[in-house]
Amino acid sequence: MGLAKLNNLYREVILDHSDHPHHKGQLAVDDVSNEITLKNPTCGDVINLEIKLSTDDIIENIGFTGDGCTISQSSASMMTDAVLGKSKDDALKMAKTFSDMVMGKQHAQADLDELDDAAILSSIVSFPARIKCATLAWWALQRALLNQNESGKDNVKSS
Amino acid sequence: MDTKVINVQADFPILNQQVNDERLVYLDNAATAQKPLVVTESLDKFYHTDNANVHRGVHTLAERATAAYEAARSKVKNFINANEAAEVIFTKGTTDGLNMLASTYGEQNIHEGDEIVISIMEHHSNLIPWQQLAIRKHATLKYIGLTAEGELDLVDAAAKITNRTKIVSIAHASNVMGTINPIKELANLAHEVGAIIIVDGAQAIPHIAVDVQKLDVDFYAFSGHKMMGPTGIGVLYGKHELLDQMNPYQFGGEMIDFVYQQKSTWTQLPWKFEAGTQNIAGAIGLGTAVDYLTDIGMESVAQHEQQIVDYLLPKLVADDAIEVYGPKNPQKHSGVIAFNLKGIHPHDLATALDMEGVAVRAGHHCAQPLMEYLGVVATARASFYLYNTKEDVDSFLNALTETKEFFNHGTSKAK
Repeated sequence: MGLAKLNNLYREVILDHSDHPHHKGQLAVDDVSNEITLKNPTCGDVINLEIKLSTDDIIENIGFTGDGCTISQSSASMMTDAVLGKSKDDALKMAKTFSDMVMGKQHAQADLDELDDAAILSSIVSFPARIKCATLAWWALQRALLNQNESGKDNVKSS
Repeated sequence: MDTKVINVQADFPILNQQVNDERLVYLDNAATAQKPLVVTESLDKFYHTDNANVHRGVHTLAERATAAYEAARSKVKNFINANEAAEVIFTKGTTDGLNMLASTYGEQNIHEGDEIVISIMEHHSNLIPWQQLAIRKHATLKYIGLTAEGELDLVDAAAKITNRTKIVSIAHASNVMGTINPIKELANLAHEVGAIIIVDGAQAIPHIAVDVQKLDVDFYAFSGHKMMGPTGIGVLYGKHELLDQMNPYQFGGEMIDFVYQQKSTWTQLPWKFEAGTQNIAGAIGLGTAVDYLTDIGMESVAQHEQQIVDYLLPKLVADDAIEVYGPKNPQKHSGVIAFNLKGIHPHDLATALDMEGVAVRAGHHCAQPLMEYLGVVATARASFYLYNTKEDVDSFLNALTETKEFFNHGTSKAK
């Protein structure tokens, strides 16, 4: 019994993303148009996200750094894969889809398909204590794109 | 390991359940302890037969409630060997007691240039109240460091406590390092320079016998829920003459002597610090928990937990895949064991252990400066109490092994 259930959460693709995260690293300083550092105060995990938005608001490049658990690292990796090349508005829509999905709200299959690998994290619903780990990267994306980077407000609220 | 010292599992119905289809092994006792039947029954009895407000009515129920509430205070007084019951203030918990001290004794006695000395292993509840007081008063907050073995460094303590020090505030037992601090020696160092010593006893009082007079502490704060009492009730012990000099923390009913239109006078201890209707049932439940622990005997509790540590700690220390924080010598380690499985984030570890029925804590344990000092983001923490058994330790060790295999081989094997 026991750990077999973990397979629902820690599928190979998730472990692969956390072992070999995509877009992990910083962008060239001049390329960064949007940036944020977010902390998950319950565990001390930190993510720094850097984005290069083109003049017509397309995500041309994206990179993240920071420490975290398997779920938060793989979520960040899958998020960067999913939003690279997307418009700012589409990326914000995806962040909303992801947030709804992990809270167990129904969404159109077409929206979930947009999320690419990240849709796999829908199984986090059955691990409520870990939802914050999954959403940290998407929160960071949303806040960075909306330039909500004021100090003192950059903590993910404890639920 | 001989677990015959204490055999009390039947007193704790919550332990008799399956979690994720596995037997529950509750190892998060440093966060909160489970409650024996007698404690929850005493809450029921109070609400079913005696409930009334205390120190107000002249009717029979009010008298019964008042007697039960004050009897609980006397039980606590005896448990910690306070000189008198008036030195036992009921609070919401350790955090409440420490904040009360920063807002009363601290506000009155800390001035610009004064020093407050704490240690790097403090829980946030014995850190932030002093940090914020120091900021308000332009005082200096100093930290006592640790030895290489992870114990409080007494040499550093002697250097940090100076003639400018007014308050020394230290945890009796660490909620991360698994160490019991030398409170008596620290009290001597503080008193030699005219400072007072405050002790955060949250992690000590459930596990070892505490005698506030023998330790010669000025204040001692603790929580009920970690010693098998209800949540929302705690105690602040203080020496009578110090409590007497302190201004009230909150104003309102119960704490007054006489109220005029433009001024008021305060009632005597301990009620001066108990404004408003208190957690009456909580205090009574805490009194029952004190009885329960007294019947078993704190020496037996400590002995039982030492047996668990003697059995478990060397196994963890010997495992190359496991990093243990705090002293590696079981004789110097309490039943709070912080550790990491190398290469596995503690959150992932805690989720995996939970799937095996084992409840542990993972995170920074409300001790972020200590985490930074140790150079880790977070740790897992297993913490034991008198109802834990050798079987619990073996389940925990097996779950650790399975978790290692799971993350080393990925999920493919289990598919």
